[in-house]
Amino acid sequence: MSLEVKDDEIDIVVAAIHSDLTSFMNEWRPIFSRFHLIIVKDPDLKEELKIPEGFNLDVYKKSDIDRVVGSSTSILFSGYSCRYFGYLVSRKKYIISVDDDCLPARDNNGFLVDAVAQHITNLATPATPFFFNTLYDPYCEGADFVRGYPFSLRSGVKCALSCGLWLNLADHDAPTQALKPGHRNSRYVDAVLTVPARALAPISGINIAFDREVVGPAMLPALRLAGEGKFRWETMEDIWSGMCVKVICDHLGLGVKTGLPYVWRNDRGDAIASLKKEWEGVKLMEEVVPFFQSVRLPRTATTAEDCVVEVANAVKEQLGSTDPVFARAAGAMQDWVKLWKSVGSSTSS
Amino acid sequence: MATPSVKPTPLSPPLKDELDIVIPTIRNLDFLEMWRPFFEQYHLIIVQDGDPSKTIRVPDGFDYELYNRNDINRILGPKASCISFKDSACRCFGYLISKKKYIFTIDDDCFVAKDPSGNDINALQQHIKNLLTPSTPHFFNTLYDPYREGADFVRGYPFSLREGAPTAVSHGLWLNIPDYDAPTQLVKPLERNTRFVDAVMTIPKGTLFPMCGMNLAFDRELIGPAMYFGLMGDGQPIGRYDDMWAGWCMKVICDHLGLGVKTGLPYIWHSKASNPFVNLKKEYNGIFWQEKAIPFFQSVSLPKDCTTVQQCYLTLANEVKAKLGEVDPYFVKLADAMVTWIEAWDEVNSPGKKPAKLPNGTSK
Repeated sequence: MSLEVKDDEIDIVVAAIHSDLTSFMNEWRPIFSRFHLIIVKDPDLKEELKIPEGFNLDVYKKSDIDRVVGSSTSILFSGYSCRYFGYLVSRKKYIISVDDDCLPARDNNGFLVDAVAQHITNLATPATPFFFNTLYDPYCEGADFVRGYPFSLRSGVKCALSCGLWLNLADHDAPTQALKPGHRNSRYVDAVLTVPARALAPISGINIAFDREVVGPAMLPALRLAGEGKFRWETMEDIWSGMCVKVICDHLGLGVKTGLPYVWRNDRGDAIASLKKEWEGVKLMEEVVPFFQSVRLPRTATTAEDCVVEVANAVKEQLGSTDPVFARAAGAMQDWVKLWKSVGSSTSS
Repeated sequence: MATPSVKPTPLSPPLKDELDIVIPTIRNLDFLEMWRPFFEQYHLIIVQDGDPSKTIRVPDGFDYELYNRNDINRILGPKASCISFKDSACRCFGYLISKKKYIFTIDDDCFVAKDPSGNDINALQQHIKNLLTPSTPHFFNTLYDPYREGADFVRGYPFSLREGAPTAVSHGLWLNIPDYDAPTQLVKPLERNTRFVDAVMTIPKGTLFPMCGMNLAFDRELIGPAMYFGLMGDGQPIGRYDDMWAGWCMKVICDHLGLGVKTGLPYIWHSKASNPFVNLKKEYNGIFWQEKAIPFFQSVSLPKDCTTVQQCYLTLANEVKAKLGEVDPYFVKLADAMVTWIEAWDEVNSPGKKPAKLPNGTSK
């Protein structure tokens, strides 16, 4: 049932928020070295990037971003959002993206988790969004569909997105982490499952992979908080992008998986400091979620690009007057689609 | 002033007087020996299927009531027609007759499993934890049950949804013999479920699932009348779809009433693989009928004025008759049985009603 995926169909995109990527790259070397990498330097970063030898990679800096994108766009590829530039210029079918403060994790048996291989397995096997399988992913070794699972739904649908998880510093918001400063995620849950159709979830950008050919246009930089910063506690861009992708996948009959692989996320930052500085994101989610739960796309939207345009219009109409951040997000989404069509829409054969 | 010494209160098992364990059996109850440390403090309701003249021995020391077919017929009269015979679906009689708030039901070929550290899993205790903490049906938490120790809500989870919804059902899983249908069993007779997935999660609102009755707990006060296990077994054209049917009805009603359903831990050890050829004969019609039943359940909607489980269930019964009656006359019978079930439930459980006559077996 699994599609055959070759190494040269994969790009690993890393947003360099830190200049010294030496230990990050060396820790990931056993897993990354086979693949082509795209490193995008946060345009706000002043120092030179330090990248160890022995990788097949392309590095993009502020000058490259300016050259390709020009100045006539409302999209800001800064901070964590610089990764989207990598998605734009990639010519591969599959993209895997990991934050630069994450390292390979170890599973319950002590073995190093090959996050790339697991993401690819997730993307290359079908998803099952229309009916919940209680034994989770039925396509993995040692599992199957359970009694009562309709046979007509057992071939599943294409999986467009694979969302991985995090050990140690989990992806909690600032208030949660501030309340429990010592809390670290040590539970390794050995499962991959499909997020059911019409169910929304907060899709974290920390450890993610997707089929660029199918949903590339929907992985977009749009929601930029006024005080957005260089810690995940100070961003919502990935959560917004994830809502768009899920709604679009549901509309197009594509699947989204969550669960394995885990990465190890280094301790970094101070939740309380982030909380003091930025709680706007937490407030905005109260508007964001009901909007995405109710948005409906027309039958005529049959591609990811079409869908993004429809969602952008709905954002402008329904949320535009609530908060300027939404009006800007709608504009960024429209600019992104134009950019995608002119720069991003091809895959190399 | 002298302070009187206070004897420490002995720790009581959680929900000891609020939970009944319902066990359907046609063979024997030997499996209870292994569960003794976890079950002995709780009250059991044994539903004896098959020949009522056979005596089923309950291991010493358990507090129980036992009902055979004669008891069921006596207590329900003509309404006993809704309770299946020669199928574990008869277990729902136990739900009906219970007077407790919570029910845990388990099959007699299910034993205590071990977690990856080698410790025995107290399945009942985990079910209780699941039922006593909220569910999160309106938004999926990627770190699974946020109320579990060591977990929490992830970034992006709206704070207004963090109180969750009351949990109506806790659906446990099985190690060793997996709950496969007959065709899958035939193709993979040796497959065993060895994967211990350390998670409990809420099944999102609007999503259906195949509910297995082997290792299941629920809040009888919240959802009891919806847990009817249908017409199966003797004289019926279908078997092994009792829990499936209850699960689809239950989920639609839970979604309508804003209640949550959890799945995942606890695991039990499922020891007996039933005969796949026998299973195939029982499931045969179900495999085709579920292709019609699923779209039905996915599209059925309950009116706003259905605010009790009974109202929801009776509405569902009407819809089953109207929409699935065309698939096979069985569904007309089933719809009628669903109505009979609610009538029986209300008759037995409505306040002021005389309690049912003493059952065959009595407590110690």
